[in-house]
Amino acid sequence: MAARKNIKTLTEPVGISNPITRQVLGICSALAVTVKLDTALVMSGALIFVLVGSNGLVSAFRNLIPSRVRIIVMLTIIATLVIFIDQVLKAFLFDISKQLSVFVGLIITNCIVLGRAEAFALKNGVLPSMLDGLGNGLGYGMILVLVATFRELLGSGSLLGIPVVPEMLYTENGGWYMNNGLMLLAPGAFFVLGFLIWAQRAMTNYTEE
Amino acid sequence: MQSRSNTYTYVFVIAMAVVSALLLSLVKTGLQERQEFNRTLDVRKNILKTVGVLEPGMSDRDIESLYQKKFSRKSVEGEDGKMHDYYVFGSKDRPEAYVLPVSGKGVWSTINGFIALEADRNTVRGISFYEHGETPGLGGEIEKDRFTREFKGKKIFRDGKLVSITIAKARLPEPSEYAVDGISGASLTTGGINRFLKDDLLNYLMLLRQQ
Repeated sequence: MAARKNIKTLTEPVGISNPITRQVLGICSALAVTVKLDTALVMSGALIFVLVGSNGLVSAFRNLIPSRVRIIVMLTIIATLVIFIDQVLKAFLFDISKQLSVFVGLIITNCIVLGRAEAFALKNGVLPSMLDGLGNGLGYGMILVLVATFRELLGSGSLLGIPVVPEMLYTENGGWYMNNGLMLLAPGAFFVLGFLIWAQRAMTNYTEE
Repeated sequence: MQSRSNTYTYVFVIAMAVVSALLLSLVKTGLQERQEFNRTLDVRKNILKTVGVLEPGMSDRDIESLYQKKFSRKSVEGEDGKMHDYYVFGSKDRPEAYVLPVSGKGVWSTINGFIALEADRNTVRGISFYEHGETPGLGGEIEKDRFTREFKGKKIFRDGKLVSITIAKARLPEPSEYAVDGISGASLTTGGINRFLKDDLLNYLMLLRQQ
């Protein structure tokens, strides 16, 4: 019984209650870091780490945290984890951390993280909370990777920096194909994200009240 | 989650603050050396990029060895009486380019960059801004190639007077040897660059004038 509930906690936010497409949370960074696939992957990894860590820690201390200052306490935990991952990225993935610039630091204000701590981790045990964090992180990551795949493929004709559109198709080389520059700009992300939200809602028959 | 005494709240918050600060300072100290190494390498990489000799796919070691082989660090006394470092690209008696560090305030942050001049010490060979905290998408666009490549071929001396290069507020009304198109939404950042680029170039006047 408990095991089935845990699986649901993990899988639901990846699919039907995805934090980005269903709740439309955390889209600021989803738009900003999805020009290329590699930044999207690193960003997703960082968010999963912070989300699992903060949900786990908040849940572990949930009976000790004074409720009047709980938001401050949760933000301190989240900020500590974010600064930690930011420092690690600066040490081991310097180039990508430079491209992500302020967006790793801005995970502190990502509504998914504080939202899950407040709505789930404060009321549930450590294991379900960490699974909830992992599920939501994976849901966020999945959308980021999808958006980034479309944007990098259509905008730069490559995936993970490797060109996939054959050189000879480009107009410079006598072909007919051109990369879509709009995909590299913010509106491109809005279009792709809009289509994803539409597709998910059409499939699950979900409508906003 | 019942309500607790004020003393408990204070003790809890203080303990948490101390523990997280302690953990973070440990992490920072532990990773400092590696971060410093990355930063030094990034500076070298940007010196290479400004001169235009950075090939895509160069490994860290390639960058380091090319830097050691072709670049030398010199310094010159500036207007302010202090010594200012610069880098020379090419052999000792036949310099091909000069790389001058420039830095100053943008809107939110200190911008660091390099400007490379051809052997005539007048024509711009390249410019790059490798460290800044400007707004991504607005002032942050200064690091993009589509902005920096505009500087290529511009001149910094007009009739023997150092005029530096001015970034216009919008598109240039007419082509100029001493100005480039601006970035919309980034007037304050580019205004800052205009100021410090000229000030920093003036500090290298001794070097630039020897022609």
